[in-house]
Amino acid sequence: MNLHEEPSYLVDTGKRKGLRAWLTTTDHKRIGLLYLWSIMVFFIVGGILGETMRTELFKPGQQFFGPQTYNAIFTLHGLIMIFLIVIPGLTVVFGNFVMPIMIGANDVAFPRLNLFAWYLYILGAAVVVVSQFTGNGPPDTGWTFYAPYSTQTHTNVIAAVSGAFILGFSSILTGINFIVTIHRLRAPGMSFFKMPLLPWAIYATAWIQILATPVIGITLLMIIAERVFHIGFFDPALGGDPILYQHLFWIYSHPAVYIMILPAMGVITEIIPTFCQKQIYGYKAIAISSLAIAGVGYFVWGHHMFTSGMSKEAIWTFSLLTFLVAVPSAIKVFNWVATMYKGSIDMKPPLLYAIAFIFLFCIGGLTGLVQGALATDIQVHDTSFVVAHFHYIIFGGVGFAFLGAIHYWYPKMFGRMYNFRVANIAWGFLFIGFNLLYFPQFIIGLQGMPRRYFDYLPQFTWAQQISTIGGYILGIGFIIMVVNLFRKNGAPAPPNPWGGRTLEWRLSSPPPMENFPAPPDVPNKPYDYD
Amino acid sequence: MERDDIGAKLGMWVFIFTEILLFGGLFLVYAVMRHRYAADFHQASLQLNTFIGALNTVVLLISSMTVAMSITAVQKKDKRMATILLCITLLCAVIFLIDKYFEWGHKISILLYPGSDLMQSLKHGYILFFSLYFFMTGLHMLHLVIGAVILIVALVKIRMGLITDEHYVLLENGGLYWHLVDLIWIFLFPLLYLVT
Amino acid sequence: MLTEAKHITPYSLYAKVLVGLLVLTTFTILVPWLNLTAFTVLIALLLASTKAGIVMTYFMHLKLENSLLKILVIMVLLIYVSVILLTFSDYVFR
Repeated sequence: MNLHEEPSYLVDTGKRKGLRAWLTTTDHKRIGLLYLWSIMVFFIVGGILGETMRTELFKPGQQFFGPQTYNAIFTLHGLIMIFLIVIPGLTVVFGNFVMPIMIGANDVAFPRLNLFAWYLYILGAAVVVVSQFTGNGPPDTGWTFYAPYSTQTHTNVIAAVSGAFILGFSSILTGINFIVTIHRLRAPGMSFFKMPLLPWAIYATAWIQILATPVIGITLLMIIAERVFHIGFFDPALGGDPILYQHLFWIYSHPAVYIMILPAMGVITEIIPTFCQKQIYGYKAIAISSLAIAGVGYFVWGHHMFTSGMSKEAIWTFSLLTFLVAVPSAIKVFNWVATMYKGSIDMKPPLLYAIAFIFLFCIGGLTGLVQGALATDIQVHDTSFVVAHFHYIIFGGVGFAFLGAIHYWYPKMFGRMYNFRVANIAWGFLFIGFNLLYFPQFIIGLQGMPRRYFDYLPQFTWAQQISTIGGYILGIGFIIMVVNLFRKNGAPAPPNPWGGRTLEWRLSSPPPMENFPAPPDVPNKPYDYD
Repeated sequence: MERDDIGAKLGMWVFIFTEILLFGGLFLVYAVMRHRYAADFHQASLQLNTFIGALNTVVLLISSMTVAMSITAVQKKDKRMATILLCITLLCAVIFLIDKYFEWGHKISILLYPGSDLMQSLKHGYILFFSLYFFMTGLHMLHLVIGAVILIVALVKIRMGLITDEHYVLLENGGLYWHLVDLIWIFLFPLLYLVT
Repeated sequence: MLTEAKHITPYSLYAKVLVGLLVLTTFTILVPWLNLTAFTVLIALLLASTKAGIVMTYFMHLKLENSLLKILVIMVLLIYVSVILLTFSDYVFR
C-alpha cells in the first residue's frame, strides 16, 4: 500500500515535535511504543531486584542484607513484575500497536482515552516507587498484601496499594477501549471469525480486565479503610475473616494470570503459522478456547487457598474447576504443534521463542496441575515449587512470548532487520539461564524449601547456587539481546520480511501514521497460506 | 475519525459493568457477614432511619425518570424542557445529599463511626454492619456526586447548543451513569435499612 | 451510519415506569412487616432485582438496544452471581 509516499509514524509531522509530540500523541502505534519503553525501564529495575535476591541466596545465612530488606525486595519485585510488566505487557504494547492494524482499523475506538490510560500507568508506577521511600519504609507484605499482616504492619502499605489501584484503573480503561475497538472498528468484511487470533486473544483478555480488576480495586480500598478506620472486614478481633481477604484478592488475581497468558498465547498463534507457512490448525478451536479460558478462569481462584482454612467442599469444587480450565490451554498446545507438523519450518528468532514458549509453558502448566490437586498442593504450597511453577508460566510463558513478539514485529515497528545470529545466541543464554535458574527450585521445593525466605538449610545450597548462576546467565542473555536490538544497523525492513498473511504485513515498515486511507481488502480467511 | 455514538454508548455500558463488579465486591462482603451475623445485622439495622432511606429511594427513582425524560426532550428539540428536567434531577441529587448529611451527621454526633471508641466496643456483628453501612453508602455518595457533575456538564452543553437532537450521546451516557447510581441504591436500601 | 435511528420514548411511558417502581418500592418496605424470617432477604432481593431490571429495560433503554448488549448484561450478572455462590461454597460449610 503506502510504500514510499507517506512519512512513517515515527516522523513528527504535526505542530509539535520531539518529546512533546510523543507525550501528546493519540496514535495507537506511538502509544504502544510509549508503553514499550516504560516497561523496559521497569523491567530493568524488577530484574535487578531479582538478581539481588539471587545473589543474597547464593549461600545460606546473611550475606549482604537481612530479612526485613529481603522481604521488601521480593514485595517490590512482585509488584513491579506483576502490575507494571506482565499484566499490562503484551496487551498494551502489541494490543495497541498491532491489533488495530490486524482488524483493518486506523486506531482504537477512544484514542485520547488510550493516552490517558498510559498516563495513569505512569502515575501508578510513580506512586509505587514513592511508597518505597516515604513513611515507615517499603512494604514487606509480598505483592499479595494478605490480611491481617497488611492491615497491621507499619510499613507503607497505603501508598503501595494506592499505586496498584491507579494501575488497575489504567488496565480497565484499556480493556474498555479494546472491547469497543474490536466490536466497532473491524474493516468491512472482517467478521469475528475472519479476525486473526491475536485480536481474539486481546478481546478475551479485555473482558477479564473489565470484570476482574474492579474486585481488586475495591479490595485495596478495603485494606486502606481497615488501616485507617479499622472497619474490621478482615480482622478477627472485630469479627472479620482474613480468609475473606484472600477470596477477594484471588477473585481478581487468578483471572489476572489469564490477562497475562492469553495475549501471550495470541502472539504464539501469530508467529507459528508465519514461520511454518501453513494455515493455523483449528482456528475456531483456538478462538473459542480463548473465551473458554477467560470464562472458566473466573471460577478457579480458590486453588490459591487450599491450605488457608476454607471448607473442604470449597476445596474440591475449586480443584475440579482448576482441572477443567487446563483443557482449553491444552487444546491450544495441541493446535500449535499440529500446525508445525508438515509445515515449512523457518527457524528464525521469533519461532525459537515460540518453541521455547511451548516447552516452558508445558512444564509450568503441568506443575500447575500438581498444585490443583489438594493432596499434592499441601506438600508444595508456599515452597519454592510454587515459585518455580509461576516463573515457568509467567516468565517462560508470557516473558518468552513477549520477547518473541518483539523479534517478530521489530521490523514492522522500527523499519529495520536485526542480526539473527546474535539474536539466537541471546536466546540460547536466556533459555539455558532460565532453566538453570528455576528448575532446581522445583526439586528443593518438593524437599521443603519455603518461598519468601531469605535464609535456608545447608542441604539446599547446591540448588540455590545453580539457580543463582542461572540467573546471571539469564542476565547476560538479556544484555546481548538488548544490545543487538538497539544497534539499529540492520538492513531496512521490507513490508513483509517473514511472509506473514495478516494485515500489518501489507503496510510499509514502519507503517505510516494513517494505517488505511481506504478500507483494506479483507482476506477470505485469516492465515491464508493455501 | 468518524463520530461513533453506538461505540461511545457501548463503552459506557462496559464501564458500567466495571462499576457493578466494584460494588459487587462490597455486596459480597455484606453477604458473607450477613450470613455470619444474621441476628446482629437485624438488630443493628434498627439504628438506621428507614424513613430517610425510603425517601432517598423515592428521590433517586424520580431523578432517574427525569433524566430519562430529558433525553426525550432533547430529541424533541425542547431545550427548555430538557433544562427543567435536568434541574429536577440535580435537585433530587441535592436532596439525597442533604438527607445523607443528616443521617451521617446524626451517627457521627453520637460517636458511631468507623474507628471510634464506641464502635470498637460494640458486638462484632454490629461493627461489621456499620462498617459496611458507612463504606457502601460513602462510596455510593461519591458516585452520586460524580454522576451529578457529569449531568451538570451535560446541562451546560445543552444550554450552549452543543448537545442537540442530532448529537446527544453525552447526555445518554450521563443518564446511563446516573441510572447506575440509582441501581446501586435500589439494592443498598433493602439490604441496609430493611434487614429487620 | 454510526448513529442509530432516533426512537423517541414518550414522557408518559417513563412516568408509568416510575409508578411501577414506586409500587414495588412500597412492597419492599412492607415485606419486613410480613415477618417471613428467612425468606425476607430472598423476597427483598427479588423485588430489588425486578426494579433493577425495569430501570435497565426502560430508563437505560436496554429494550431498544441490539441483542449484543442484552446478552452482555446477562452474562455479566451471571458471572457475578456465580462468584458469590462459589464464595459461599466456603462459608456455608465452615
